[in-house]
Amino acid sequence: MSDTSFARQPLEVRFRGGGFAPKRRRWVGPAVFVVLIALVEWGTRSGFISALTLPKPSDVLATLIELWQSGMFVKHMVPSLTRLAVGAALGASVGMGVGILIGLFSYIRAGLVPLTAAIFPIPKIALLPLFVIWFGIDEGSKYALIAFGTFTPTVVATYGAVDNVDRSLIRMGQSFGLSWMSIVRKIVLPGAMPGILSGLRISLAIAIILLVAAEMLGAQYGIGAYILEAGALYDLERLFAGVVILSLLGVLTSGAIGLIERRVLGWRS
Amino acid sequence: MDIRLDGISHSYGETEVLRDISLDVASGQIVCLVGPSGCGKSTLLRFLGGLERPTSGRVLQLGVPPEGCLNPLTYVFQDFALLPWRSVRGNISLVLEDHGIRGAKAQEIIADVLARTKLTDFAKALPKQLSGGMKQRVAIARALAVKPAVMLMDEPLSALDSQTRELLMDDLVALWERQPFTAVYVTHNLAEAVRLGHKIVVLSRRPGRIREVVEIAKPLSQRAYADAELEQVQKHLWHLMRDEARAADEELLHV
Repeated sequence: MSDTSFARQPLEVRFRGGGFAPKRRRWVGPAVFVVLIALVEWGTRSGFISALTLPKPSDVLATLIELWQSGMFVKHMVPSLTRLAVGAALGASVGMGVGILIGLFSYIRAGLVPLTAAIFPIPKIALLPLFVIWFGIDEGSKYALIAFGTFTPTVVATYGAVDNVDRSLIRMGQSFGLSWMSIVRKIVLPGAMPGILSGLRISLAIAIILLVAAEMLGAQYGIGAYILEAGALYDLERLFAGVVILSLLGVLTSGAIGLIERRVLGWRS
Repeated sequence: MDIRLDGISHSYGETEVLRDISLDVASGQIVCLVGPSGCGKSTLLRFLGGLERPTSGRVLQLGVPPEGCLNPLTYVFQDFALLPWRSVRGNISLVLEDHGIRGAKAQEIIADVLARTKLTDFAKALPKQLSGGMKQRVAIARALAVKPAVMLMDEPLSALDSQTRELLMDDLVALWERQPFTAVYVTHNLAEAVRLGHKIVVLSRRPGRIREVVEIAKPLSQRAYADAELEQVQKHLWHLMRDEARAADEELLHV
């Protein structure tokens, strides 16, 4: 008797939903950095990590401060940022233009998609000597290398984004008698913007990678040159100081795009 | 302006979808197209507005569109087709901009159509902030803004819940009462058809042919929810369609 009455006890339904929905956790990102750096600091101080393996984070910080105080930071950053800005702007804008043309015209698509696929996997660094011959050892070859490297990912992201624009919106535009230009300007381009911006995120990260490669040849100043020189001298503190600067640059560009996304793409639900 | 369908037939490759459809849509009338799924009613509507070309047959405009008409054949889509990055006002101004209507004149038209669709307070809202019923009202306001000669409505209420659908039907009737418009209204919902149609065209299953044309004389304003006379018509329509609908349903399973 008692057994059956026990079995008939109401049983609370077990919760099995939830999850799979990323939430904003502000402090976790910085915490990971802090813990990692603290760990390395402790390791290097206690001798658990040898000085040849990793520099002391505090020493890297000291190097950064010294770099700033000596005025060399600005001297290295200005040419680097100029190269990055000119090269990436050139590559991304031409890439977007070509990507939009591929998205809109079948002949251009048929002609250029295989070409882009052929260019994409070429390590652009391997072409650096060629660029030097074509554009000279000065800034020209550096701009070209960065521009070329950002061009292909931008093209691929852009035409993918144009392809993904809701066709029913385009039909709507046609049904109201909008001109071809209006449809492209007011429906296709804004509709492709989310895809183009997320492509730009990748392109700019590639641009930063190529910046260092571009400064391998004939650059006296620049973050890339600074890192390469430090590497050649096995000066780990300076090497890491340069790497930290590059990382910060990456975080900054990514943040800038995030800001643009929030402004331009506020309409997304 | 009247619209005439003249011997329209259409095939997608091997599949014949429409066979010899001839139909007149008179000015000031709402013509409903009903039929089982896959009978080609939406395709027919795309022919009417020139978004697609039939294999044979012609769509004719009889007479000239009324004065001030910017886009004689104007669609209202099932999925609303609003630009998510433009506000309610921006979505309406989109279809005016290409006709060179901007500034004060555009504002005047926009204010008028928003008032007619009871959206005045939502001019600045983005589509994502609106409910389904509101979105469709924006789409209707946008269609009204170009002063169409014929409205081509492709299942405009099918994406909405049934209460919203009732409300919007009342709105459509009120709009028509205030200023009669010509419309071709595609739906699979017979209640909508008997509520809004002056003429109901029943299509057979694929290949779609006109099975019967039912005319309802009762004025739109006197047709209420669950009206006995309309129920009768609806029953008749369902009777016409039931076997076809079942056959069409089973046919889809074999594809």
